[in-house]
Amino acid sequence: MSNKYWQSFGEMNDPENFQKMAQDEFHEELPFEGFDDKGLIDAKAPRRDFLKYLGFSTAAATLAASCKIPVKKAIPYANKPENLVPGVAKYYATTYVQDGDVIPVVAKVRDGRPIKLEGNVLENSLYATGGTSARAQASVLDLYDMYRLKFPQHRVKGGSDGKEIKFEEVPTFEQFDKMVGDAMRAAAGSVVLLTGTVVSPSTKDIIAKFPNIKHVQYDAVSYSGMLLANEAGGFGRKLPSYDFGAAKIIVSLGADFLGTWLSPVEFAKGYSKGRKIDEKNPAMSKHYQFESHLSMTGSNADERFTHRPSETGAVALDILNLINGTEGEPTIADAKLEAGIKKAVADLKAHMGESLVVCGSNDKNVQVIVNAINNAIGAFGKTIDWSKPVNYRQGIDSDMNDLVGQMEAGQVGTLMICGANPAYNYHNPAKFKAALTKVRVTVSFNEKMDETTELCEYILPTHHYLESWGDAEPKPGIISFLQPTIYPLFKTRPYQTSLLKWNGDNREYETYFKEYWTGKLGGEEAFNKALQDGVKEDAAVATTAAGGYGAGGVAEASTAISSYKKGTGSEILLYQKVSIGTGSQAGNPWLQELPDPVSKATWDNYAMISVAKAKELGIKLNNDYEYYPEKPMIKLKVGNKEVELPILAIPGMNPETIAIAVGYGRNNALGVTAGEVGKNAYAFSSFNGTTVDYHVAGVTAENLHTKYKIAQTQKHNSYEDRKEVVRETTLAAFKAAPNVLPEYSEHLKEAFYKNSNNDFRQATLYPQHEQPGLKWGMNIDMNACYGCGACVVACHAENNVSVVGKREVLRYHDMHWLRIDRYFISDEKDPDNLKGVVFQPMLCQHCDNAPCENVCPVAATNHSAEGINQMAYNRCIGTRYCANNCPFKVRRFNWADYTGADSFPNNRDQSLVGKLDNVIEQMNDDLTRMVLNPDVTVRSRGVMEKCSFCIQKLQAAKLDAKKENRVLKDGDAKTACQMACSADAIVFGNVHDKESRINKVRAENKQRTFHVLEQLHVLPNITYLAKVRNTEEADHKWQAHDAGEHKEAGHKADSTLPSVPKTEGAQH
Amino acid sequence: MIPCKPTGQRLTLVFLSLFVFSILHTSAQGDIAAGKSIFNSKCASCHQVLKPGTGPALAGLEGRHKWADHNELLKWIQNPAAYMAADPYTQGLKAQYGSMMTGFADFTLKDVEDVVAHINNASVPDKGVTGQTPAAEKSNSNAIIFGVISLILAIIALILMQVNSNLKKMSDDSEGIIRPDPVPFYRNKMYIAMGALLFFAVAGFYFSKAAIGFGRQQNYQPVQPIYYSHKVHAGINQISCLYCHGSAWDSKHAAIPAVNICMNCHKAITTYEKGPKLYDESGKEINGTAEIAKLHEAAGFDPKNPNKWDGSLAKPVEWVKIHNLPDHVYFNHSQHVRAGKVQCQSCHGEITAMDEVKQVAELSMGWCINCHRETKVDFNYSAGKGNKFYSIYEKFHNDIKNKKMDSVTVKDIGGLECQKCHY
Repeated sequence: MSNKYWQSFGEMNDPENFQKMAQDEFHEELPFEGFDDKGLIDAKAPRRDFLKYLGFSTAAATLAASCKIPVKKAIPYANKPENLVPGVAKYYATTYVQDGDVIPVVAKVRDGRPIKLEGNVLENSLYATGGTSARAQASVLDLYDMYRLKFPQHRVKGGSDGKEIKFEEVPTFEQFDKMVGDAMRAAAGSVVLLTGTVVSPSTKDIIAKFPNIKHVQYDAVSYSGMLLANEAGGFGRKLPSYDFGAAKIIVSLGADFLGTWLSPVEFAKGYSKGRKIDEKNPAMSKHYQFESHLSMTGSNADERFTHRPSETGAVALDILNLINGTEGEPTIADAKLEAGIKKAVADLKAHMGESLVVCGSNDKNVQVIVNAINNAIGAFGKTIDWSKPVNYRQGIDSDMNDLVGQMEAGQVGTLMICGANPAYNYHNPAKFKAALTKVRVTVSFNEKMDETTELCEYILPTHHYLESWGDAEPKPGIISFLQPTIYPLFKTRPYQTSLLKWNGDNREYETYFKEYWTGKLGGEEAFNKALQDGVKEDAAVATTAAGGYGAGGVAEASTAISSYKKGTGSEILLYQKVSIGTGSQAGNPWLQELPDPVSKATWDNYAMISVAKAKELGIKLNNDYEYYPEKPMIKLKVGNKEVELPILAIPGMNPETIAIAVGYGRNNALGVTAGEVGKNAYAFSSFNGTTVDYHVAGVTAENLHTKYKIAQTQKHNSYEDRKEVVRETTLAAFKAAPNVLPEYSEHLKEAFYKNSNNDFRQATLYPQHEQPGLKWGMNIDMNACYGCGACVVACHAENNVSVVGKREVLRYHDMHWLRIDRYFISDEKDPDNLKGVVFQPMLCQHCDNAPCENVCPVAATNHSAEGINQMAYNRCIGTRYCANNCPFKVRRFNWADYTGADSFPNNRDQSLVGKLDNVIEQMNDDLTRMVLNPDVTVRSRGVMEKCSFCIQKLQAAKLDAKKENRVLKDGDAKTACQMACSADAIVFGNVHDKESRINKVRAENKQRTFHVLEQLHVLPNITYLAKVRNTEEADHKWQAHDAGEHKEAGHKADSTLPSVPKTEGAQH
Repeated sequence: MIPCKPTGQRLTLVFLSLFVFSILHTSAQGDIAAGKSIFNSKCASCHQVLKPGTGPALAGLEGRHKWADHNELLKWIQNPAAYMAADPYTQGLKAQYGSMMTGFADFTLKDVEDVVAHINNASVPDKGVTGQTPAAEKSNSNAIIFGVISLILAIIALILMQVNSNLKKMSDDSEGIIRPDPVPFYRNKMYIAMGALLFFAVAGFYFSKAAIGFGRQQNYQPVQPIYYSHKVHAGINQISCLYCHGSAWDSKHAAIPAVNICMNCHKAITTYEKGPKLYDESGKEINGTAEIAKLHEAAGFDPKNPNKWDGSLAKPVEWVKIHNLPDHVYFNHSQHVRAGKVQCQSCHGEITAMDEVKQVAELSMGWCINCHRETKVDFNYSAGKGNKFYSIYEKFHNDIKNKKMDSVTVKDIGGLECQKCHY
């Protein structure tokens, strides 16, 4: 059976009509008056009108233009800071800290405002090795969020009846301190500080010094099952470090470790080590994924098996039993799953000490079994390092439950909240809210008016992390420092300062922090050095003695799991999206507009269901479903909880699993971006007595027969049937036929040159572009692209790519210069049997023979002497011919004034374009616009734009080299996407430099290198390395490009251009 | 055919001589252009052609001292101190201008000749100071002459046509041929059509010219909050441009100096006494000391109590920005000043002679492009010379070796491409 690559169900089920629909470049009717039989004069807009409008607009333009040139002021500093040169960026090492996530970053600060974050790369550092996540990239926009709380405030009763609740500004911090101090003294009962996971040692020190304070850490998505299981295993209440790079066999039980689980940036880096292929000796790690829904990590797995969410424990237990050879009665009914488990276990056994099993479950019993498995396969000390436990998550669910109990009982006098939002994400929010009313003094330090903060009496917003001093200790002995990159924008104060002041210590946190670390590091100089580096590693501390594994609790856990009720009906599984996570950054427009790697949907959450489930619910997955954004609504009901959501049928789902992303359904006070987007799914989590379960069985699903629009970005970017875009095969097939791609390439050249004296330049009408100096090129390793989207957000930030809002995404007006195409691979007739997913970053290919260039009537897009296909925005008149002629569909047109850059003010509400979403106003707020990169033009309405290879960075690198009178070094010029990638999938550089990495990578990977749509002979400057899945499966298609087949094709094409070799039908 | 021969020969001769003349003419111009660039980069910071600056005015220098002999001039320029030791004339100059001439050891005789050619060219009255303006004016005056001639010819043609038609009418009358009354010319469709066409052509020309020039501010000279004279600072007192506009060396912005930079000197210099009298646009005299007082006010500085000054209380001065580029243009000062070694004066004009600054250049894209076409890159033609960055341009190095090209311009390395300035 041959594989079929497909992007949508329409393509699978009704290819004919799909083709027809996909042929339209523009899905809507174009807004032209019909040229019907009546002739021009009788048409609604006849020639006379046209002339009238023409005359009017010319006159209007003349009038508008003849206004006086405004007088511009140039206001220098009164006192120029000594170390600042206007227009020159400075870089400060700091740390992205959010809900326990820690990523060391370097902030690019232009004229006093941070505009871009990059992963911190420190020489000889094990921790600061670069790479970021989409959320870390986007966090710079959170700093300029106009919906941040701007001053301390307290709740007052207002209105005529005295019942209306509103917040009033407290003019000074002193007054606030006095108010809270008085209230705290008056309130009987305990003082509790409720936070997310705190990774800062100095903050923990401050909390410890606060008398009689109880500190409760609460994670929105909890890892307490793991923490407790590890404690039971004798390692203490800790989470270990995982080394995915050292693992030859990786088995993940529902852990989305490349996307959202624990520390994905670190893991992706390690994982990619095992996935990149050395051609001389092709080998790669093998990744098994057992999960219920199609996660991003599952999409990258070699072998993937699905089960009900409630079966995770049974699968783990089965693995353990098979490894130990103590298999009892078969607990897994599904033969396919059982076979998969057996296969995985055989591999695990064959690679003792080189394997790793991770599990995303929050069930203590399941994690105990997983520990037992890892012990049995010798993972401890090899792929799992207990000497470097990580501090990313520390919350214990029962602590939070106890706190709510105490609050209900009125034992809590003061509750201070920072970085926690239980009114939104607690498994029983109503209970928490009721309990909160019994607390006498409630203080929130949260940055925004979130669901919990709006219920608190006193609000003293803390700084954004880019405004803060601070520290994070991700692992013992590794300290990642925070330093302010901008003066605080608003009247906010670090919550640590508040804690210090309320404890009678009059120091600011800044002072405290400096004294704390100057003392620890031994002097001011060491402190400054640590700040400059950003990360300080102390090997001595890192090797604290690890506890030994004790098999305690395994028997009990097995018994407990065996007695779990088998899930009935449908099951809801809550998962985190790569972009939104637990929801703390839900107000970030870049993240909301980042398409989900798997569903390609933006601006919403939805119920991901299987194709089988859709059939069961009577939902037809026909072309209407595919083609139009309106998706059927279903109602999900468990007990008294219910939610109505649109569905997306996703292949590779467990038939009975309905997956819903958390982090949506926020209140409006968080801003127009997060407000009213999606539904809150946390309500479906529940407490099982020890930990919180993020799945629930016994769900009834009901087809509501109504529709809801979901804004997806893929399928209008379809490649029709030209499957030459994606090159993918199995490791076995690759080993058997390593030269398929070079031979194909050779064949194409033959076909092209044959009639042109072996000079392909004669076979084309394109001019020869010479590159006397540099020539830029990029290589993307599809074996190291996992679809996380960090590059997409990095591109947003670096290139001022505009956000368009849901309504515009619905009309396929999204502006991403770089998108990640997702292709499902499955058997043709069984989409639920998904073999794999390919992620392919798609951006302007900078073709040497660029088809876009010769159709531009005004030469706004043309070729540079460095091999770049350049786009001059202010020359563009918006014909869009270039976009039509681009085979890769990477050009983006500004349909409306998304940026406020139009020459006419308030030109956003155009009758043709329609009203834009409110998020456009948010992005155009003066505050938000501070994030714009001043070196890149803000494009106005009506022009085409696209990837420029970050030309501003290339120019800057060249200028630096010229100023320093030296040759440009390899690595001086890096693109934003390349720097954001934690798996190092993207390599960029000067291909004329023989020593450059790009040349080395291409030379070392000749067998996997290909150009997309190579047969078009557009000669892209981006090469891809074919994706290889580590399976033994034979791949007939991979052999299809052998010489015989193509010679035949070539003969046919002798007199003209070579025909496109058909991939289907090419089987032998 | 024979009678034609002498005419043809004569014509050939005329063309030939014109051609030779034009070559001669261009070569002379080339000298002036080279001299101008040397003058601007080396001499202009102290000397002007027509007016004395830090050093004497250079117009008519060949008539002074021994300077008609360019070798003498070269010796003086190469090593003023040595030359002056045995030369009372230059000693007198030093006494008169108060400072010693800076030496340029790398000057060659060719350089001297070029510079002198430039000076002689620029010192001809009514030609202005810069070479560009006279050229433009010349072509303008040519255009006017041509215009007047064509107008006269057109009028003559018109009169002749009228005469012709009158004569025809008279002959018709005499011959008794009856023709309809002639249409007066203002109702003649032919005339009207021609007139309309002419109107559209002329109006279109001016309209598009105005449209293209839109937003351009050549000669823009706004009144600044403080009458700051670049002539006094950069010209007479020879403060280096980069002392105040230091970021031009490092950054895309040249940036206006902060108040604290001004105060570095103006803490001590509180009055304007020694310099020439200053006048504003309307000829009103400016009180320099009062202008310095404005700065002191912004800085919060009391000249009577200098030690009490607290610089942190200073307020910025709101200058009016003169040189404005559209937002879609990326311009980097350091690229030009540091990497390209372009003099400030090349774009900003003789800033050392301006009291109030005005925008000299058009700052249009054509103006940029022209310079990029002509300007030579600091190419490392041989190892150890020029900017090492360009050592990767193998092709050009080979071409230079093989004498296929003699220099590399900004254009050759892609300086005319859109995304060098627009991104």
